[in-house]
Amino acid sequence: MATDLESIAAPDPAALAARRRRDGRKRRLLKHVVLIMFGFAMLYPLLWMVSSSFKPSDLIFRDVSIIPSEFDFSNYTDGWNALARPFHHYLINSAIIVGFSVVGNLLSCAMAAYAFARLQFRGRRLFFAAMLGTIMLPIHVVIVPQYILFSELDWINTYYPLIVPKFLATDAFFIFLMVQFIRGLPRELDDAARIDGCGHFRIFWRIIMPLCLPALATTAIFTFISVWNDFYSQLIFVTDPDLYTVPVALRTFVDSQGESAWGPLFAMSLVALGPIFGFFLAGQRYLMRGIATTGIK
Amino acid sequence: MTTVPTFSRGRAPGEPPPQAAPDPPAPRRNRRSPLAKREGRVAYLFLAPWFIGMVVITIGPILGSLYLSFTEYSLLQPPEWLGLDNYRRMLDDERLHTALRVTFTYVFVSVPLQLALALALAFFLDRGVRGLALYRSIYYLPSLLGGSVAIAILWRQIFGTEGLINQLLGMVGIEGEGWVSHPDHALSTLIVLNVWTFGAPMVIFLAGLRQIPTMYYEAAEVDGAGGFTKFWRITIPLLTPIIFFNLVLQIIGSFQTFTQAFIVSGGTGGPADSTLFYTLYTYQRGFGSFEMGYASALAWVLLVIIAGFTAVNFLAAKRWVHYGD
Repeated sequence: MATDLESIAAPDPAALAARRRRDGRKRRLLKHVVLIMFGFAMLYPLLWMVSSSFKPSDLIFRDVSIIPSEFDFSNYTDGWNALARPFHHYLINSAIIVGFSVVGNLLSCAMAAYAFARLQFRGRRLFFAAMLGTIMLPIHVVIVPQYILFSELDWINTYYPLIVPKFLATDAFFIFLMVQFIRGLPRELDDAARIDGCGHFRIFWRIIMPLCLPALATTAIFTFISVWNDFYSQLIFVTDPDLYTVPVALRTFVDSQGESAWGPLFAMSLVALGPIFGFFLAGQRYLMRGIATTGIK
Repeated sequence: MTTVPTFSRGRAPGEPPPQAAPDPPAPRRNRRSPLAKREGRVAYLFLAPWFIGMVVITIGPILGSLYLSFTEYSLLQPPEWLGLDNYRRMLDDERLHTALRVTFTYVFVSVPLQLALALALAFFLDRGVRGLALYRSIYYLPSLLGGSVAIAILWRQIFGTEGLINQLLGMVGIEGEGWVSHPDHALSTLIVLNVWTFGAPMVIFLAGLRQIPTMYYEAAEVDGAGGFTKFWRITIPLLTPIIFFNLVLQIIGSFQTFTQAFIVSGGTGGPADSTLFYTLYTYQRGFGSFEMGYASALAWVLLVIIAGFTAVNFLAAKRWVHYGD
């Protein structure tokens, strides 16, 4: 009976299917050609930058190829020593800020998220709404009073203005991310632990945190990338050249000797992008999930 | 009984399914038991860091900048009350008008282009392309890098007079101009940079596309619908919540663009103020000439503009965003 129906719908299924397969294969191939060419066009500037970082500066203005004709590391050595301090000085400064920021965000956001997701307390709805409301708040609105506050505290030209807010869960994005995640965990686990006599701190630390590992990883990676790339607040709060971070150092570099030193500039820019690229390769899964759930870049 | 494709659902297998946003109803008790009180106290302990941050780093400064926006304040003397003078000053501030024009052009040209590209690529990739994960990663990479100083430096070179773009144009016999140094073109280079970071919205679109049940397409095929009809009648309507989500997010983000314009123009917003983004102008007033009062007023106007556009977006959404029945 079923075969009868099919043969009515498509008189010669075998031939049709074969044709469709042939067309499909051609189409798929064409699709891949388009996708690869487009991807190449997207990445071409980056690849060219990598290649140019090995070229002598005058060649950068003449050579559009992405394979350097010779490998010359002098741009890297020149760039490394082009500023008041060797470049690793700025890398270390950035790493300090990033390290503390990651730890701060993980701790403070996870704690807040646990309270929002699992505990009952007065004003919960209101606080939760307030927290969501701050997710999209432009930093430009709060930066001036923050600057005044931090200068009253004598914190300008220290890293406190960049680090302390992270320990106070000011990146509400990540609270939201973790609340969503914790809500997805079965409550029976908490209940069982409570019956066994666990307090909330132990439940948080021993049960919820380990299960939250994926959300924590997403938070850590995104915090790393956003703080490593952050220019605006580092530009404002850090003006002492000794304390410069990588983005601020690069800015000084490009403004002081920019146009004449593209080679070294490219080299140091790539050094600056290196860690991001590393996290991109290592943390794919968490990155994709993070964007798909919260829309952060 | 349509399934609403929500952005929070595109999850890897093996993960706990995320629940919908509304809270599970709290057990209502008229008299709070000692246990509930204890839980409340514990909750406040967990929230303490967030609470301090909210008051000291967020709400306090929001109110502070509102107050400062009515004053003149150079950090050296105490703020001096001006009333609405800062806001009146904006009406005659030519550079502010330029900054608004630049920022609006940037937002309203780059965001639609970026989202259109993101949607097209997501649609293209969704149909079971082999190597999807690889393509997705390649297209996504610029989104991670796009906001950095390093990429802005690269942009400054490739769109320079002797930059990469002009070398490429030269190979086909076109003599290009200095894109970043020409007032008519400098903004376009930054628009290109924003469009280049279409990968993040694309990943969100991909997650959304995966939520559309294939049975809709199968049903449409039985009715004889072609690819075009399926795209316009099924894909697009079911994807509207995600288009909306991306639109809101990208508009809010693009209004706050700072780093790229700062680096490409060397902090000036030039040439001829053609890349004087609103945030850059605010920075110049506040941290260049230390007019903290005026800068606060500017920042508040930005907040109102962004909130306004977001509100309009939400209102307009009722007309075109389809949440299923």
